[in-house]
Amino acid sequence: MSAIYKREMSGYFNSAIAYVVLAVYFFFSGWFFYLYCFYGDSASLSYVFANMFYIIMFVIPVLTMKTFSEEKRQKTDQALLTAPVSLTEIVLGKFLGALTIYALCCAIFLVYGVVISFFAQPQWSVMLCTLLGMFLLGAAVIAINVFISSLTESMVVAAVVGMAVGLLIDTMGYFANLIPVDWLRTVLDKINFLNYYTNFTYGILSAVDVVFYLSVTGLFLFFTVRVLERRRWS
Amino acid sequence: MIEVKNLTKRYGKITALDNISFTVDTGEVLGFLGPNGAGKSTTMNIITGYISSTRGTVTVDGCEILAEPRKTKQKIGYLPELPPLYVDMTVRKYLEFMFDLKRVKLPKKEHVDEVMRLVGLEKHGNRLIKNLSKGYRQRVGFAQALLGNPPVIILDEPTVGLDPQQIIEIRKLIKSLGKKHTVIFSSHVLSEISATCDRIIIIAEGRIIADAKKDELSKVLADGQQLTAVIEGTPADIIAELKKIPDVTQAKKTETLSDKTGRYAVEYKPGADIRRETFHAMARIHCPILEMRAGSESLEELYLKLTAKAKGGAEA
Repeated sequence: MSAIYKREMSGYFNSAIAYVVLAVYFFFSGWFFYLYCFYGDSASLSYVFANMFYIIMFVIPVLTMKTFSEEKRQKTDQALLTAPVSLTEIVLGKFLGALTIYALCCAIFLVYGVVISFFAQPQWSVMLCTLLGMFLLGAAVIAINVFISSLTESMVVAAVVGMAVGLLIDTMGYFANLIPVDWLRTVLDKINFLNYYTNFTYGILSAVDVVFYLSVTGLFLFFTVRVLERRRWS
Repeated sequence: MIEVKNLTKRYGKITALDNISFTVDTGEVLGFLGPNGAGKSTTMNIITGYISSTRGTVTVDGCEILAEPRKTKQKIGYLPELPPLYVDMTVRKYLEFMFDLKRVKLPKKEHVDEVMRLVGLEKHGNRLIKNLSKGYRQRVGFAQALLGNPPVIILDEPTVGLDPQQIIEIRKLIKSLGKKHTVIFSSHVLSEISATCDRIIIIAEGRIIADAKKDELSKVLADGQQLTAVIEGTPADIIAELKKIPDVTQAKKTETLSDKTGRYAVEYKPGADIRRETFHAMARIHCPILEMRAGSESLEELYLKLTAKAKGGAEA
C-alpha cells in the first residue's frame, strides 16, 4: 500500500495536477476569506467554510479523475493487479494519496486563522471543528469520485460525472423541498451531505455527522474494490 | 512448477479458452504459439492473476492463485503485451516503485542496478519513460518482470515492435533466463519460438492443438513426409512416373508455373528418402527437375496447417 501511496503522491507532484489544485483552492479560499473576513469585517470563518463546497465540488474530481481510469486505459493496472498486493490496498493507497493533497488544501485555513489572530481573537475550537468537517466531507467526496473513476476508462468522463454528482449533492436540499412525497423527502434529507456539514461550521461535533461521512467513505471505497474484483471475473 | 488444469474462460457467449491443461517443469522455456486472438494473452493473464478463469485451476510452485494470491503472485514476474509503464516516471524511479510494490526483500539499490544492467538500461536510469523509444520501453517492462528474481517469468510477445538487433538481444536474454527460471513466452511468430524454446505449445481458437518438444513437434504431427519439386514436362507422364517410385503414397500437381513447368507434391512413407529415385525416374522420361526439396514439413508449414485445421474445426 505504501508503494502505491508514494507513487500517487509523486504522480500528483510530477504532473501539474497537485499544483493546479492547490493553487485554485488557495486562490478561491483566499478570495472568500478576503470577501467575508476583511471586506465583511468579520472574525468568523464560517461563511468562508460554507462556500468552500463550491470549490471542493470542482477540485476533487480533478484530483481523482486519473486514479483508476488512466490505469485501465494505459494498462498499468496489469502491474498493480498482478503484484502481490490486495485490491483493498490498491484502493486505499490511491484514496489516501488524493486525501493527502486535499488535506494540504484544507491546511491553508490554519494560516487564515493565524491572520485573523492579528486582528481579533479567533474561535479556534469552532475553526478546528469546521476544518474536521471539511476534511471528512472531502474524504467522502473523494471516495465517491474514486469509485466513479473506477467505472470508466476516460478521465474526462470521470471528472465530468464527478462534478455532476457534486452539483447534485449541492442542490439536493432544494430538490428535497420540492418533493411532495413525505418519505422521499425524508430520505433525501437523510442522505444530503451538506446537512451533516452545517453542524461542524457551528462548532458542534456530533457522532452522527462523523459516522455519516466515515460510512459514506467506507461504502464507496468498498464499491470500488468490488468494481475491480468484478472486472477480473467478467 | 506450473500446472494449468482444465482452464476455461468465457466472455459472455464467447469462449476464449476451452478446457486447456498443461504443465511446465522447473527450468523449462515454454513457447506459446498461436495466431492473434487465439487465447495466449488470456491464458497468461489468468496464470498471473490479472483475470480469473471461468473454470479450472492454476498452480504455481504448489500455490493456487485463487487460494493464495499474494504468495503466488510473488513467484511470478510478468511482462504483459503492453508493458505496464508509468510514463511520467524515470526508469529508476519506476523500477524502485515496482520493487516496493512487489515487496522484494533484496538490497534495493543493488538489485535495481543489477536488473538494469541485465537488460542494458544502466545508462538510462534517469530518463523519463515517456521519452524512451519502443525498444527501450520494452526493456523497462522486461526489467520490471525480473525484479525480485521470481522463479517463474511470463512474457507476452516480448519482441513485438523491436528491431532485429534488439530481438536477438532479447532472445539471448530469454535463453539465459531459462537457466535459472521457468519461462513461458508467447509469440505469433514461429521462428521466434523455435529459436529460444525447449518446448512448444500451439494454441488456436482457445484450444491446445499441439504440445511437444521442439524437435519432436514435426515428427509427432506430420501425417507423412512430403517432397516438393518443380519439374518440366507433361503433367500426366510426370505424375504416372512419380507414383511408380517405391514408398510414394500420393503425387499431385499443386501449381502451374508456365506452360511446361509445374510444382508437384509427392507424399511418401515416413522414414523413407525418395530423392534419388525421383531424380532417376524423371531422368528416364527426360523431364528435368528444376527445384527439389524433401524432408519433414517445416515448422512454419505445420503451424499454418494446424491453425487452419483448428479454425475449420471450430467453424464446422
